[in-house]
Amino acid sequence: MWGYVLRRVSYMLLTIWALSFVVFVIIQLPPGDYLSTYISSQQAQGNTFDDAAIAALRRQYGLDGTFFDQYWKWITNFLQGDMGRSFEWNQPVTVLLAERLPLTMILSISTLIFVYIVAIPIGIYSALNQYSLGDYVFSTIGFIGLAIPNFMLALILMYVLFKYFGLSAGGLFSDQYATAPWSLGKVLDLFQHLWVPVIVIGMAGTAGLIRVMRGSLLDELGKQYVVTARAKGVRERRLIFKYPVRIAINPIVSTIGWQLPRIVSGETIVAIVLSLPTTGPLLYRALLSQDMYLAGSIVLTLGVLTLVGTFISDILLVMVDPRISFEKKA
Amino acid sequence: MNSDAVLLEIKDLRTYFHLDEGVLKAVDGVSFNIYPNRVLGIVGESGCGKSITARSILRIVPAPGKVNGEILFHQNGSTVDLVTLSPHGPQIRGIRGREIAMIFQEPMSAFSPVHTIGNQIMEAVLVHERVDKAEARRRAIELLTHVGIPMPERRVDAYPHEMSGGMLQRAMIAMALALRPQVLIADEPTTALDVTIQAQILRLMKKLKSEIGMSIIFITHDLGVIANMADDVAVMYLGRVVEFGSVRQIFRNPQHPYTRALMKSIPKIGEERGAKLASIQGTVPVPLDPPRRCGFADRCPEFIAGRCDVDVPPLIETEPGHQVRCVLYEN
Ligand SMILES: Nc1ncnc2c1ncn2[C@@H]1O[C@H](COP(=O)(O)OP(=O)(O)O)[C@@H](O)[C@H]1O
Ligand SMILES: [Mg+2]
Repeated sequence: MWGYVLRRVSYMLLTIWALSFVVFVIIQLPPGDYLSTYISSQQAQGNTFDDAAIAALRRQYGLDGTFFDQYWKWITNFLQGDMGRSFEWNQPVTVLLAERLPLTMILSISTLIFVYIVAIPIGIYSALNQYSLGDYVFSTIGFIGLAIPNFMLALILMYVLFKYFGLSAGGLFSDQYATAPWSLGKVLDLFQHLWVPVIVIGMAGTAGLIRVMRGSLLDELGKQYVVTARAKGVRERRLIFKYPVRIAINPIVSTIGWQLPRIVSGETIVAIVLSLPTTGPLLYRALLSQDMYLAGSIVLTLGVLTLVGTFISDILLVMVDPRISFEKKA
Repeated sequence: MNSDAVLLEIKDLRTYFHLDEGVLKAVDGVSFNIYPNRVLGIVGESGCGKSITARSILRIVPAPGKVNGEILFHQNGSTVDLVTLSPHGPQIRGIRGREIAMIFQEPMSAFSPVHTIGNQIMEAVLVHERVDKAEARRRAIELLTHVGIPMPERRVDAYPHEMSGGMLQRAMIAMALALRPQVLIADEPTTALDVTIQAQILRLMKKLKSEIGMSIIFITHDLGVIANMADDVAVMYLGRVVEFGSVRQIFRNPQHPYTRALMKSIPKIGEERGAKLASIQGTVPVPLDPPRRCGFADRCPEFIAGRCDVDVPPLIETEPGHQVRCVLYEN
């Protein structure tokens, strides 16, 4: 087992390194950089810069040198916990992320839990009661959930909450807690706000997972080992949960980490619509203004977290299924 | 073989699937008796209704199959008709595994892949008896020893994928015999195994049968296996028993044209195996809304227009204990 884990860890480190490189290439890809945009907007206002001043600014921002110099500087600093400075916010990136990254993680993990807690029982119910009224109702809701883009769902929810309940659904905190330090009240306030984005971001995932759970359980229900258990005289409920449900659920629960990329990327647009103080909107603005260290650090950090999540899933998957042995898989 | 001793009486068993396309009569009027300590062989081509007959007895036919007729189970002087029981109720569950147990064709898929063999054998005990886990485990190891599995203390914790097909079939027999049932239904237990393993399993079943003193319903499409195992034989075709007799009667004096065709298709020494049933022309039809006529009429070399295709032939007794469902024997 440890050999397998070790091998997976080294693959993961390799992937992270490749990811960092790709991230850096992509954020450099648009023509120009933050500084040239800044200078041209200053020049438009009548300020002039001589070449020496521009070169000084370039050095200050770390924008001199070749592409590889810049990458090397960024990644070595990153490994030492220095993610560079945000040009636009004129603050260290770490400070900006410290505020928002925990909220993104809370939101993502809550969404994951919501998706699983809702989808798995419904999927099981639908498979056990195939073609019943309930199955049709859940299938219909599921299709709608898959079909509606989540920003649209966010807008609809905001509208309905405001119009009929007089609630404003934006943000993650009420005004009095927004800038306050953490307290029990602030945590409770967070949970009161959290459910709207959780439902919005989790909707498509829930709908998809219901279908996966229903489908794989239906497959398992027809298997011979179910008949064997029945022929032994095991109670129907008990045998259904001991055998086919367990076997259908194994890969689904253990691949929970594989849902992370979808949730993290779904979060960005929903957070913009609902004005959530998470990393999504920050990333969006950083990309628009070519605030490269900020954008790069957000993408890389989220990427690393997602890789770690899927790594944990991979290990879980092998642990719950005796058919996959560590030796064979490795 | 007096009828007082009869253990299980199957009378006019009909198992139909009401499908959108029509009524599929998988089993259509099957009757036979099971006597203590005897082996009834059921033989017929794939799709003739052998498995559905077996599963009807335990009331585990797949949905939407419906079982009709009578399945009288005589036990300690009382009689229950299994057809009248709810398929999920406690009464039939008390019979499954304890009084009537079943083993299946594909040992590889008949065990749950994520539970150990021991866990699944222990379950057979724990479902029916109030014993603790340690005792159930001890019994599982004992059973594995009994069916000739080497190193049973280790195999009890093995997963199905860690064992060969032959070993798994032994384990399945151990599981079925855990509570010393009165009747064992074996649905093609050796079909998926290669020939040497097949012979070992058959030998094991014979040995256990005489030790435990149980009846066996042995289902197969292989007449060679029937000759080896059975006391009585029911030949099935398209959901019906077309011929019934002792193994002697069937092999010495096969009467139904279908039985005769089956006999001809047994590979002789020196002949290639696998030629099997190819000598019967045509294939087994699917009994979807079957017309009232002899099911074999289309493929029968002795077909008589106006007699074979006007009604289902009656079952005619041609000698004591030997019955055949064919108009050729009407006088
Ligand atoms: N679950 C099912 N639904 C509908 N028809 C079935 C089902 N299972 C079996 N049948 C049909 O019942 C007939 C008998 O099948 P079976 O008893 O499995 O044959 P075999 O003699 O090979 O064991 C076949 O025509 C088969 O197509
Ligand atoms: Mg069969």
